[in-house]
Amino acid sequence: MARLELKQVKKAFGPVEVIHGIDLAIDHGEFVVFVGPSGCGKSTLLRMIAGLEDVTAGEIAIDGQGVNNVPAAERGLAMVFQSYALYPHMSVRQNLSFGLENLKMPKAEIKHRVDEAARMLRLDKLLDRRPGQLSGGQRQRVAIGRAVVREPRIFLFDEPLSNLDAELRVQMRVEIGNLHQRLGNTMIYVTHDQVEAMTMADRIAVLRDGRLEQFGKPLDLYNRPANLFVAGFIGSPRMNFLDGTFEDGAVRLKSGERVAAACQGGKPGQAVKLGVRPEHISLSESGTPDATLSVSLIEQLGGESYLHGTLASGEELSVRLAGQTQVSRGDKVGLSLGTPAARHVFDAASGLVLAPL
Amino acid sequence: MGTGDVIRFLTRTRGRGRLHWSDWLTYAYLILSLLVVVLPIMWMFLSSVKSPAALVENDPRILPYTQLTVPSPTGGRDQNVFVHTRTDGSTVDVAFVGPRGVNARVYELGKPDTVFEVPRTSLARKEVVDPRWENYTEPTLGSTQSRTFNFLRYFWNSTFVTVMATLLTLIVNAMAGFALSKYKFRGRDAMALTIVATLLIPPTVILVPLFMTVSSLGMLNSLWGVIIPTIATPTGVFLLRQYMLTIPDELLEAARMDAASEWKIFWRIILPLALPALSVLAILSVMWRWNDFMWPLIVLTQSEVFTLQLGLSTFKGELNDNMHYLLAMTVLTLLPVTLVFVFLQKHITSGIANTGLK
Amino acid sequence: MQVRPQAAFEWLWKTAGDVLDGPMRALQRHIGAHRMAYVFLLPNLLVFGLFSFWPMILNFYIAFTGGQSVILADRPLVGLDNFRELLACPSYLDPRTCGVAGYSFWTGLWNTLFFALVQVPLMIVVALATALILNRDIRARGFWRAVYFYPVMLSPVVVAVIWDWILKRRGILNAALEKAVETWNAIAPTFLMMADYRAINWLIDARSGWPMFWVIFVYTWAHLGFYMLILLAGLQAIPRDLYEAAQMDGTSKSRQFWRITLPLLMPTMIVVLVLSLIRAFQVFDEVYVLTGGGPGQATKMMIQHIYESAFIGDAKRYGIAAASSVLVALLLMVLTFLQLAVTRKKAGN
Repeated sequence: MARLELKQVKKAFGPVEVIHGIDLAIDHGEFVVFVGPSGCGKSTLLRMIAGLEDVTAGEIAIDGQGVNNVPAAERGLAMVFQSYALYPHMSVRQNLSFGLENLKMPKAEIKHRVDEAARMLRLDKLLDRRPGQLSGGQRQRVAIGRAVVREPRIFLFDEPLSNLDAELRVQMRVEIGNLHQRLGNTMIYVTHDQVEAMTMADRIAVLRDGRLEQFGKPLDLYNRPANLFVAGFIGSPRMNFLDGTFEDGAVRLKSGERVAAACQGGKPGQAVKLGVRPEHISLSESGTPDATLSVSLIEQLGGESYLHGTLASGEELSVRLAGQTQVSRGDKVGLSLGTPAARHVFDAASGLVLAPL
Repeated sequence: MGTGDVIRFLTRTRGRGRLHWSDWLTYAYLILSLLVVVLPIMWMFLSSVKSPAALVENDPRILPYTQLTVPSPTGGRDQNVFVHTRTDGSTVDVAFVGPRGVNARVYELGKPDTVFEVPRTSLARKEVVDPRWENYTEPTLGSTQSRTFNFLRYFWNSTFVTVMATLLTLIVNAMAGFALSKYKFRGRDAMALTIVATLLIPPTVILVPLFMTVSSLGMLNSLWGVIIPTIATPTGVFLLRQYMLTIPDELLEAARMDAASEWKIFWRIILPLALPALSVLAILSVMWRWNDFMWPLIVLTQSEVFTLQLGLSTFKGELNDNMHYLLAMTVLTLLPVTLVFVFLQKHITSGIANTGLK
Repeated sequence: MQVRPQAAFEWLWKTAGDVLDGPMRALQRHIGAHRMAYVFLLPNLLVFGLFSFWPMILNFYIAFTGGQSVILADRPLVGLDNFRELLACPSYLDPRTCGVAGYSFWTGLWNTLFFALVQVPLMIVVALATALILNRDIRARGFWRAVYFYPVMLSPVVVAVIWDWILKRRGILNAALEKAVETWNAIAPTFLMMADYRAINWLIDARSGWPMFWVIFVYTWAHLGFYMLILLAGLQAIPRDLYEAAQMDGTSKSRQFWRITLPLLMPTMIVVLVLSLIRAFQVFDEVYVLTGGGPGQATKMMIQHIYESAFIGDAKRYGIAAASSVLVALLLMVLTFLQLAVTRKKAGN
């Protein structure tokens, strides 16, 4: 059992504070992804959990035990690095067994574990090679294998797929997912790629500027983003934001259109932003459209189509349509901005969502 | 490959067909410098097996010729053998007994009883190619007139100093380079700066206090007195630090996650990865320590602890007239370095060119 | 069981590390991983402190003491006496007017200065010429490079013995010259005939400048290859396409040298200049074995003066040697600063 708890964890490099007090509780067996733009502190946070960085303030606890002063080696964690950090002068077998030897494990046990991991990760035939003789994907598997043989309480992954090409990345995503299924360990995975986060995570922690913006299940983040940042970060293509003012149960857009929204807690006249995902917008077939789009670019992908353009207010907007479209560049099309439930309303000043009904 | 091929190989230009006049100049320069650089050393090699007489006469022939001698039938000194050309043009080998006016008294080989006189001008020395290995064996094994060149002992001392000093230099400097490149601690930059600054302070100007320090530690006339003061070379620390800075920190972190101690990280990760820099330093150190002269000269005054360089310089001082021994011993002294150079030439020149340090 | 040498070495390496790992791990647990940096620095600092830093301080003290003892406590303080003895000269340009120690010191100083000022420019010019030649499109560049570098590997003693042998009165140089004159006279017409060659005592003839000439020649011979190698590396670092661009512009070869090669080689040249100058001021081994500083004092260098004051003869004048070292160190410091200033000014322009 490995439960990880962060309590008001802070990190400062000299006078510069980069992590501003993060609270987080990760349950046993969970696959948690830290996601955020570069420089948000997600890697620093992971390295603090690993024990590679000191904790400036607050407490990190594993299974209820504070580990702030426990050296990295003794926390019982294993980490997969972005550059893999394989020892270039050792064979794959030596790479896998180095950590176990350091723990003074009996030789037979080491061999058993290494062979087991090699079989699982399909490294059996590569055991005598050096990292320099392996492909990117093979190196990645060795790096994971090095973590697996340790049988750690928690696996830490620091952007492990960012050095792979797109195809391999999808494949490795599946493999890591399978690994989690099989081992059932707690895993913490850092990435800047929200697709990776959405596809792999049990729960996602969205970080920005050293603060935790939201922590929850992938679909919760998608369906109920807590603020503008999360709303914009999760989902691809990005959510559209339109300026407006709050009216009772609706938002008055700059173009003057009034769009119903299922939310509460706003004050009339309050400046808000209306967020609608491109996939929730459709061409209005009947009645008055919510907005009119001057199409400036069309991307036809065959199975789906994207329209990009500007509204009368000058605001930019993207639309995703299923299938292929007859709309051409320069057309003006009327849009329906989704159902009221798919409309997110945020306070323009604080960026926080107005609670849905 | 014939001589012509060799010359063509050495003088070919790349790609272009005909030789430009500047190419001729280039090769003239190269050949001239080949003579100045290599000829003295080659000539010494060749001369080291020549007889004392050939050396005194500056015999210009490449091979070591010696005049043939036969034992005297009367039991005196060995007699020199000459080729006597008779008036009819035929020749006969004769042994020289003694002079008489412009003539020489000789006898035909095998017939010592019939001594006859011939004009000296009709005699030419009967010579054979005979490398005089005694030049090497006599000073090293037996004793010469004045002194023994105890080659094996000097060689052992030099080897001990070189190997020990190089091993210690590598370890001590690698540790310091590791600390200065991979840890953050107070005073680190100041320390790195101090070490670089000492590159500018010539060791030669602290001879006296260094001698007193070594003397007060009881290391005079001990090989350790030569070894220890030389192992913390700023060049080495600098070289290794610069190289270790290029080893990614993530490797160290991976090792820390792998429960390796800092020492183990140093020994099992850093040292193997710094091998290129270590080998450059090793080559430099071997060269420095093997060729060292001044510091051993001061610390070592008893011949049992002499290094090869000290032995050779003392030998030179005492045996200036016995060039045949001196040349042979010089060859012995430069042979190890030459062998190292022949086998590691590429490493050495590219290593030194890349670091710019000697 | 078959044992591969590499595997054996790896096993040895691992074991050697593991032996020390126990105590080191305990130490790390005790003081923390960060402070292990000090542990790694310690051996170097000990040796450096004891055999470099401490002697540097000690040198100043010894310079103010007299007597012949190696034990510091037995050395009486004599104030500035040593310096006074070295510096009390009616004329520094004529060392014979100084006292015994002053004579030795100033002779060594002027000889060293002369040596450095002639040897360094000479060597840099020859090294640069050689490097330029080796940088041309020649075959077997590695071979030629090795030829020039080989003497660098030789020890000063070996170098001195070889050249002493060549330069003896009855040595091969005189023999070769004699032969050359003889041959010339045999084939030349009468009016071009030369006087018979009389062997020169290259290293002993005190009235000629030959001993200093040969000292400079031999030292250059022994060290040229090293500087040539550095300059060659500098030349090869100049991008080829610069020359190709210049060629497209119709720039002449000599202009390419002055406007591309030389400016881009400047940083390397400065390194070579600084290194060779510092080394030239410390010249000792080769000269000491070759001439012993003779004839008379004609080739006696600064370091030889220090060495002989302290370690040769019955009177071990450590104080004088230390005081001389202080003066030399000052001189070297001034020189280094001058070089830095000149370099910086050049860089500023």
